[in-house]
Amino acid sequence: MAWNFNDNAPIYLQIVSTLKGNIASGAYPPGSRLPSVRDLAMEAGVNPNTMQRALAELERSGLVNSQRTAGRFITQDAEALTRLRRSMSEQIISELFARLRALGMSDAQILEAVRQRTVRPLNDRLEC
Amino acid sequence: MSMLECRALCKNYGSIQALKNIDLALDSGRIVGLVGPNGSGKTTLIKLAQHLLTPTSGLITIDGMEPGSETKAIVSYLPDRDFLPQWMNLEQLTGFYHDFFADFNPAKSADMLSALGVTGAMPIGKMSKGTREKVQLIFTMSREAKVYLLDEPIAGVDPATRDYILRTILSNYSENALVLISTHLITDVEPILDEVVFLQNGTIALHENVDSLRERTGKSVDGYFREVYRCW
Repeated sequence: MAWNFNDNAPIYLQIVSTLKGNIASGAYPPGSRLPSVRDLAMEAGVNPNTMQRALAELERSGLVNSQRTAGRFITQDAEALTRLRRSMSEQIISELFARLRALGMSDAQILEAVRQRTVRPLNDRLEC
Repeated sequence: MSMLECRALCKNYGSIQALKNIDLALDSGRIVGLVGPNGSGKTTLIKLAQHLLTPTSGLITIDGMEPGSETKAIVSYLPDRDFLPQWMNLEQLTGFYHDFFADFNPAKSADMLSALGVTGAMPIGKMSKGTREKVQLIFTMSREAKVYLLDEPIAGVDPATRDYILRTILSNYSENALVLISTHLITDVEPILDEVVFLQNGTIALHENVDSLRERTGKSVDGYFREVYRCW
């Protein structure tokens, strides 16, 4: 089936984070209309009720607006999108730090390694 | 009122108690997984709902009625083995379903059969196991039923066929129907479930919403199942 789910978190929460990722990346552009619950459920290979719950969660957080008969639309609120990207990137960074600290690196070493990574030549980066 | 209800339901085979005092209520609009190890009573429960068995004591109802002709008119049942007349081809099967079930939608089965690319005069008994299972499911899901009883719909098929089957269930069940799927391949089925019922030695060990089970235990239904039914 199309989307993969891990074993630890409720499926609707994993759907929420996948959809947030699609909103943050622009795969679902601001102001665009989301597919119907049933179509999204089919795409993800999940129960429509579970998809419904995930979409309700996105509405609550203001990233998606529901317009009675027309469907659900991605927010056009630039500030909300910036906040979303910031909170997602903070999460990725804190995971990165947690994992590298677990390998025994100090914060200074992690920062230096990240800096090194960004100054490597473009070709080198493309290989990865 | 629940769509499927059991009250103090018992079924004995001679001295063996296959189901012991089952109390269960399942509502419309839900996809419910019926899971449990071999011999825990899954098929017995489904057969009681379909009037292939009668209770030793207690009660089982579907839409308020005891199983019989009236319930069979609103229940679409997929047994765990080949059940269609094996000599029939697709056209004959379509006529057969049309004659027997008022809720059969031939346009739906025609669509699905052509999408699957099976046509022609081949009798169902000559088809490969995977194709036969798909065809049986297509006819089962082409009824606009109030209840779908699917007994091990994905047992013994390859992963691509499994995906096909789950997708077919998801895209075809009537929105306000109850879908009851018995299986021991929990991982594959879990994403499409609302609720799960665990049977153990003929009793209900657990009946819970799938996501709330994950929230409560931090485990998937499969992970939790392996813990509950540990064999060593």
